[in-house]
Amino acid sequence: MNDFEPKIVGFLCNWCSYEGADAAGRARKVYPANFRAVKVMCTGRVDPQFVIKAFREGADGVMILGCHPGDCHYKEGNFQALKRYAVLRKVLVQFGIDEERFRLDWISAGDKEKFVDVVTKMTDSVRQLGPLRG
Amino acid sequence: MPKKPKIAFYWCSSCGGCEESILDLAEDILAVVEAVDIVFWPVALDVKYKDVAAMGDGEITATLINGAIRIDEHESMARLLRQKSKLLIAHGSCAHLGGVVSLANFSEREDIFTRLYSDVPTVKNPQGLFPKSGTIDSGNYLELPGFNDTVKTLDQVVEVDYYIPGCPPTPELIKEAIMAVLEDRLPERGAVLAESKALCHTCPLKESKPETIRIKKFKRLYEFEWDPSRCFLEQGIVCLGPVTRGGCNARCIGANMPCSGCFGPLDNVTDQGAKAASFLASLIDSTDEEELQRITASIPDPAGLFYRYSLASSMLKGKVAGNKSD
Ligand code: SF4
Ligand code: SF4
Ligand code: FES
Repeated sequence: MNDFEPKIVGFLCNWCSYEGADAAGRARKVYPANFRAVKVMCTGRVDPQFVIKAFREGADGVMILGCHPGDCHYKEGNFQALKRYAVLRKVLVQFGIDEERFRLDWISAGDKEKFVDVVTKMTDSVRQLGPLRG
Repeated sequence: MPKKPKIAFYWCSSCGGCEESILDLAEDILAVVEAVDIVFWPVALDVKYKDVAAMGDGEITATLINGAIRIDEHESMARLLRQKSKLLIAHGSCAHLGGVVSLANFSEREDIFTRLYSDVPTVKNPQGLFPKSGTIDSGNYLELPGFNDTVKTLDQVVEVDYYIPGCPPTPELIKEAIMAVLEDRLPERGAVLAESKALCHTCPLKESKPETIRIKKFKRLYEFEWDPSRCFLEQGIVCLGPVTRGGCNARCIGANMPCSGCFGPLDNVTDQGAKAASFLASLIDSTDEEELQRITASIPDPAGLFYRYSLASSMLKGKVAGNKSD
């Protein structure tokens, strides 16, 4: 169990968070290789079925990363994501998926440090929890 | 005289409500009996499994199976009836999507047994006896059906040609399905034999449903005096009509109850619960994290609410793992 490396799937919006991740990459920041980025146009496009599918296909943790409130390029997409996240999180717990395995955060195009920080923290806490299907 | 088409009915893990729905055809059942030979129907006819096994392959024109797959006997009967039938029709929510019985997939098999045969306060089981699939009694080996680890839908076990949705389906839909079989006018294979639009389109309260609905608190029926002449959702009561297939004659709404989703999701939705969760979340009138917590807390059992009839057919199919925080 000590050498368990979690798989973390992240849904990143094209305009802010993916840019932020890219900026981190360009600045040669180091972040855990556990993170698999999926680019979406906006977090408002993240259907709860995508999140559930990621868990079904073997993710140990899922993140939704989008623009800060007020910065979404489609105005309200990130608020829709936040509301869905609030409901879905409770549903997933009933399926045995702990709250720490599912996170939402806001990353702007310039937030390279924050990007590295949230991904590292997420990876660490999921590593602590162990594999989803133990 | 030309031979009448043969029809069979079978039940798996069900409450009996789907059988009732056949009897609810009332005098129309006479027309059905007139037009077909019912060759197998455990609840009403004394026909044995071996009699079914002796039938030719595809000899039965159509078999309607209700109930979910819980024990191995359901599985073997589903296979046998599939082989003997030209058409296999899933009858009711449990055969279609897993139904209420598949909520058992939120519990482990062992926990179900411990609860039922030991922990329930009214149960006395000093010898600690638990169900087994075989036992020796006075030197004879007795075999009983085995209890599977999870509940499955009918189409997770055998190929299904059509689905009649509902918990239970309406007699009208059953009659219509049987007539469509007899008159050879069934839609494309795999279809759900009900409407393709959401329930709201045929809801008697639809005129009072506003364009946009914003909800600050999800309310339950006992919590306040609500207006039976207005859309439930508009009053903050969870109604799954907008994301549920129509065709039930809005019978719950007619009985002053909001829709709980028994007709299943609309076409192209894989996970009814995820869709319902997504839809309800979009109505929440807040983007403040603390307030969101409060609002979502007004849905006490979200997974049970959203997956009430469809856990077995859902993408996760049931509990994935034990919570670390349990
Ligand atoms: S939300 Fe419910 S009560 Fe309102 S129109 Fe739709 S089905 Fe009828
Ligand atoms: S109103 Fe909803 S729960 Fe009631 S019968 Fe119709 S589909 Fe089923
Ligand atoms: S565009 Fe970034 S969250 Fe909508």
